Amino acid sequence: MMKGNKFPGGIHPFYGKEFTEGGKTETLPLPDKVVIPLSQHIGAPCKPLMTIGAMVKKGELIGETTGVIAAPIHASLSGKITNIGPSPHPGGNQILSMTIESDKKDEWIGGFEEHPDTLDIDIETIKKIIHKAGIVGLGGAAFPTHVKLNPPKTKNVHTLILNGVECEPYLTADHRLMVEQPNDVIEGLKILTRILGIKKAYIGIEDNKKDALRIMEQAVKKEGSRLVETHVVELETKYPQGGEKQLIQAILGLEVPNGGLPMDLGLVVQNVGTAAAIYEAVRYGRPLIDRIITITGRGIAQPKNLRVRIGTLVRDILSYCGGFAGEPGKVIMGGPMMGPAQYTLDVPIVKGTGGILVFPKEEVSVEESRACIRCAACIEVCPVGLLPNMLSITAEVLNFAEAKKFHPLACIECGCCSYVCPSRRPIVHQIRHIKMDMASTKKKVVMVT
Amino acid sequence: MVLGIWPHIRTETNINKIMYTVIATLIPGALAGVYLFGWSAIQVIAVSIVVAMGTEAAMQKLIKQKMTVFDGSAILTALLLAMTLPPGCPWWVTAFGSFFAIAIGKQIYGGLGYNPFNPALVGRVVLLIGFPLQMTTWENLHPLFSGVDVTTGATPLGDVQVARLSHKPVPDMETHQFWNMFTGNTMGSLGETSDLLLILGGLYLLYKHFITWHIPVSMIGTVVIFSGIFWLIDPAHYANPLFHVLSGGLMLGAIFMATDMVTCPNTPKGQLVFGAGCGLLTIIIRMWGGYPEGVSFAILLMNSLTPMIDRYIQPHLYGAKKGAGNK
Ligand code: SF4
Ligand code: SF4
Repeated sequence: MMKGNKFPGGIHPFYGKEFTEGGKTETLPLPDKVVIPLSQHIGAPCKPLMTIGAMVKKGELIGETTGVIAAPIHASLSGKITNIGPSPHPGGNQILSMTIESDKKDEWIGGFEEHPDTLDIDIETIKKIIHKAGIVGLGGAAFPTHVKLNPPKTKNVHTLILNGVECEPYLTADHRLMVEQPNDVIEGLKILTRILGIKKAYIGIEDNKKDALRIMEQAVKKEGSRLVETHVVELETKYPQGGEKQLIQAILGLEVPNGGLPMDLGLVVQNVGTAAAIYEAVRYGRPLIDRIITITGRGIAQPKNLRVRIGTLVRDILSYCGGFAGEPGKVIMGGPMMGPAQYTLDVPIVKGTGGILVFPKEEVSVEESRACIRCAACIEVCPVGLLPNMLSITAEVLNFAEAKKFHPLACIECGCCSYVCPSRRPIVHQIRHIKMDMASTKKKVVMVT
Repeated sequence: MVLGIWPHIRTETNINKIMYTVIATLIPGALAGVYLFGWSAIQVIAVSIVVAMGTEAAMQKLIKQKMTVFDGSAILTALLLAMTLPPGCPWWVTAFGSFFAIAIGKQIYGGLGYNPFNPALVGRVVLLIGFPLQMTTWENLHPLFSGVDVTTGATPLGDVQVARLSHKPVPDMETHQFWNMFTGNTMGSLGETSDLLLILGGLYLLYKHFITWHIPVSMIGTVVIFSGIFWLIDPAHYANPLFHVLSGGLMLGAIFMATDMVTCPNTPKGQLVFGAGCGLLTIIIRMWGGYPEGVSFAILLMNSLTPMIDRYIQPHLYGAKKGAGNK
């Protein structure tokens, strides 16, 4: 096992993983209905292929891609389409979604081509399978996976990094996946290295997941020479260790050039969950219709790791977990650092959802924000080397021209600055504001020229 | 259900915690002053705090700002100011300094966070200029309940200045005097005397991460090096570095005032530069200036350079040319 380096900055929040890190993954029983948003990835939304009243089977294609950076969408249970229209999305906006009511038969559409030996399919076919299966990055960013697997010819990709860090507090879905299905992850790694013609791979895992480190290390050893040179790397437990750029810095000591991509360094980073999903898609021919999530926090009666279908409503999942413990204060989709808070429980799990976190009322405090006291805490923790205080101050007075001098586009929106700010300044939001302003001015310029 | 913005978790450290912690770390030094100088010291501290809080409240009321008198920052400013004053400072002088510190040093700029200069030092320097006599009348030690009457005399730094101005050799210092200066058993401003207690307070702040070592170390280090060079060249006319480190407000200034987060630079490197500047200016004023003590002026002058230091010394941006891919 290798030890990782460090990346600068970062924080050590309360991790809260003990609620669920030892809990074996259960499967949520068949829900009565699912609401499947037609956009679950970065990029253009999908076009609905069904009409209200149509009967669909599990795994049937219901949303077709319209752009390159997109992933198709499939039904996650069999039944009748009862609604197509805008519905709440975990991101906070309304998105065109399809509601499927279960016929209780839970039938697959069938016709899937299985591949007991994933090594004897040719690479182009594998790529097609991954594309058709609708796989996106399951770490949260939901970037369509097949796009990452087609690097431009000019980039000499030589190394794969599997991200098993899961640095958001409370979440343990990836942790449990590595502990319970190490071979799926390894099989996914094999497929990935084969597609990309890669000779070297790293699996980065934080040192608060000792069992996962040990199990993945054993799995790698067992494969021996059937694997490209693969190292399990033990990384310091620190948020945002799982940020793509921080992970690269911690494992290889390299910085992705400003404005560039990991590919520019010959690297491809994939989440361990994505690797396992790739294996399942290639091995069984089935599309991505479910994933493991963590339901946790002191506001939940029975915290769990659960395999749930895409489109399952938070309401149904919570009731399976015994409902709220006490009065709920906040329901968050994802982790507490970057996950958005929800205003309704009728919001579905999407491909990029890592968990549901519930804080009881007493854990939610709202403090008013005050003037920056220049304590520099935010600068110290910023993993990117920004001056979050200057970004915050300039954004506050809407001086966007000045704000742009402080490299807002380099911000990875990890929230470390807001986390430490003793003045409780909403720094990440102010930075997003600057970014939005920049995006809109850019568009204007494009329209003019 | 609350919506709220992410991150949904925050550190426990907030403004009040920082301010009250710094106040707590100053209390041992202040208590030493109370012990050494008795009721005169208590009066100075009390007047300073009452006037500071009153001024802040009045001004915030006047401009209809949110009241934040109890966030600890006004008390901290007042306590810091009091600690730099002579123990027998007349109440109206103290009151004026404290009023000036809050009104002109802080609120006029918009309150906590917006002030470019350390408010306590603004108050102190105004008093130094406006009331030189009251600011340099030093009480001899008359510990609490000791029954010793209040008499006045000169401070070690004052002695050195007199010698310097009259071109006489600096007075000899014996080891036990250094020890007295270190522990606080010496004359001077009411809270500056016990370097030992101030250092202990500073160590706690370091441990709590409310200050970093950069400014105190570079400031004191520069004082040692710079005064050391002159002392080595001409020990008869220049006081030795140990004297400079232990006397006057250097320790209080280096640990508690130069490190004021609002007015010092952001980055560790910037803080090293800032501290070195403070140290250098302190010694220049002490050796050649018109005041025996240079710490306050030095820090204020460097405060004015903080924006420039911050502009030129910024952290390394991830992925920016330097260091990218070549480590
Ligand atoms: S400025 Fe951006 S990258 Fe830096 S700590 Fe804040 S959110 Fe993270
Ligand atoms: S952490 Fe908050 S108060 Fe401190 S410098 Fe940054 S923005 Fe200002």
